[in-house]
Amino acid sequence: MGQGALGSVYKNGDVIVRQGELADCMYVVQSGEVEVVQATHGGEHRLAVLGVGDFFGEMAVFEKEVRSATVRAHGEARALKVDKRTLLRRIKEDPLLAVNLLQTMSQRIRDLNATVAALQGEDS
Amino acid sequence: MMKAPKMPQNFFLSTSIKLRRSSSQSVADSFSSFSPDDGSDLSLKDGSRVAVIGGGPAGSFFSFFLLKMADAIDLDLQVDIYEPRSFTLCGPAGCNHCGGIVSESLVQILAAEGINLPAKVVQRGIESYVVHMDVGSVSLESPAKESRIAALYRGNGPKTSEGLPGESFDGFLQDLAIEKGANVVRKLVTGVDWSDGRPCLRMSGGGSSTYDLVTVATGVNSNFLRLLGEPPTEIKLPKTTQTYICEFRSSQEEIQRILGDSMHVFLLDIPRLEFGAIIPKGEFATMVMLGDEIDQDLVQDFLDSPEVRRCFPTDVTPSVCSCSPLINMGGMKRPYADRLVLIGDSGVTRLYKDGIGAAFRTAKAAASTAVFQGVSQEAFRKNYWPACKAIDTDNAIGKVIFAFTTLFKHSRISRRAIYRMTGREQKRDGGRHMRAVLWNMFTGSAPYRDIFLRTLHPGFIVGLVWNLFLGLWPSTTRKKEA
Repeated sequence: MGQGALGSVYKNGDVIVRQGELADCMYVVQSGEVEVVQATHGGEHRLAVLGVGDFFGEMAVFEKEVRSATVRAHGEARALKVDKRTLLRRIKEDPLLAVNLLQTMSQRIRDLNATVAALQGEDS
Repeated sequence: MMKAPKMPQNFFLSTSIKLRRSSSQSVADSFSSFSPDDGSDLSLKDGSRVAVIGGGPAGSFFSFFLLKMADAIDLDLQVDIYEPRSFTLCGPAGCNHCGGIVSESLVQILAAEGINLPAKVVQRGIESYVVHMDVGSVSLESPAKESRIAALYRGNGPKTSEGLPGESFDGFLQDLAIEKGANVVRKLVTGVDWSDGRPCLRMSGGGSSTYDLVTVATGVNSNFLRLLGEPPTEIKLPKTTQTYICEFRSSQEEIQRILGDSMHVFLLDIPRLEFGAIIPKGEFATMVMLGDEIDQDLVQDFLDSPEVRRCFPTDVTPSVCSCSPLINMGGMKRPYADRLVLIGDSGVTRLYKDGIGAAFRTAKAAASTAVFQGVSQEAFRKNYWPACKAIDTDNAIGKVIFAFTTLFKHSRISRRAIYRMTGREQKRDGGRHMRAVLWNMFTGSAPYRDIFLRTLHPGFIVGLVWNLFLGLWPSTTRKKEA
């Protein structure tokens, strides 16, 4: 990776955010891939693999809840931290900034609905 | 070693620009005759044509967001960016004369917008600042402990950088605008006529084109802007001052060894110098000086100071490129009119810092106004001006802060106090009052209002007073921490 890369480098398997932790920032993948996994009673379930430009951890920006999943590097990856304070301040000045986040979150709800529908189809 | 500072050679527009008016009708009359109440429809519609004069960050951000927002509401616009320069060229021909720092806050906001700066555009990710004073040097690390400040080149690098890896920031942003559908017109705009209340641009080599909106993003180093400042347009020009930027070249290893991943700033007791900075960028280091009309004598005083020589001995590092661009020191009071809006440095920008951040904010505010509220003077006054006014108001606070900084720079006791307080905060790994103030002031990441409020914190005041008291005696532990 070049000297000009922004954010922090994570080696394969490095945990970037951990499920259950309190947080005050989100991340944007700058290079490489990260995987989102959730611990369940039955073990660990991979929810998604995210690539360059994708963001994660955004729930911590909008809710005062703990991280809902663990995100770790899938191979070497670089991610940029976006502070809750910086983001919310800017959204207050420019509400249109939230549209970009809403579009991604909307897409994730759409994907989730599709997954739920598929699971319900399997059950029936 | 150093050449005398001179005005940039590639002013955006030539001095031959003339604003032509039909008969006795003034431009101001043209503007005033198109208030929203007179029945004219000053909004953008399908097929509306928008001209953006200047393809730097402000112009490209504006075009990008205008087209993005228009697409969101199924509005079909034609956007032409007039930029005669190619940002693929090295040296002054492709340069926009800027220190080339994207602030920590803007890097984050751009990422949230989906605009991620690629490694090929960022010459160096800055992790820390080192503040040099005659009493010693202190290092300020990023609160996030990661590289969130981008050191880059607005053009394709200084003279002699041909063939080296890396790409232009302005070129990167222009490509984003092109991907959204903007056209780049490689022509020089030489004047504006007004026909039926619509601006008509004249180009060098002949030809003209009429638009529904003209956005001026030329910066302050432009004769086009001066033209708009002439009576009777009633658009007052921003105050400006001359700065100095110089590029030094060495090997990448040597630059890394000397400067590391830090930006080096200098708080020196030199008259007329607000501050100087040296920024590592691959095989180059950019030196920026800000103050009151920087001239060759001041440049030499700065380079000869022991603090600069200790950090970066320029007599063994050749200077390959230099310029003395103007910067905006006071915003316009009305950077808009019917079918005309001025953004970025052309309108209102932040005092000394984060000019690219101000370009982003004003460009997006102007774009959203044009798409959602229209292109009348009244629409810009209600919806665009508040964004400019917020920056302008914050600059007033910034002037107070810089006045205090100047007072502190002139006193060795207060310089000792800053040095002691910052060093002790670092050792304690606790209270970051002085470190936070210095970090935000030098990086431009926070509004000046936030910095001012931090200085009112009891922890800051008590710490400063105590260290001023201790500063009466010279430090016995003076050392360079960088």
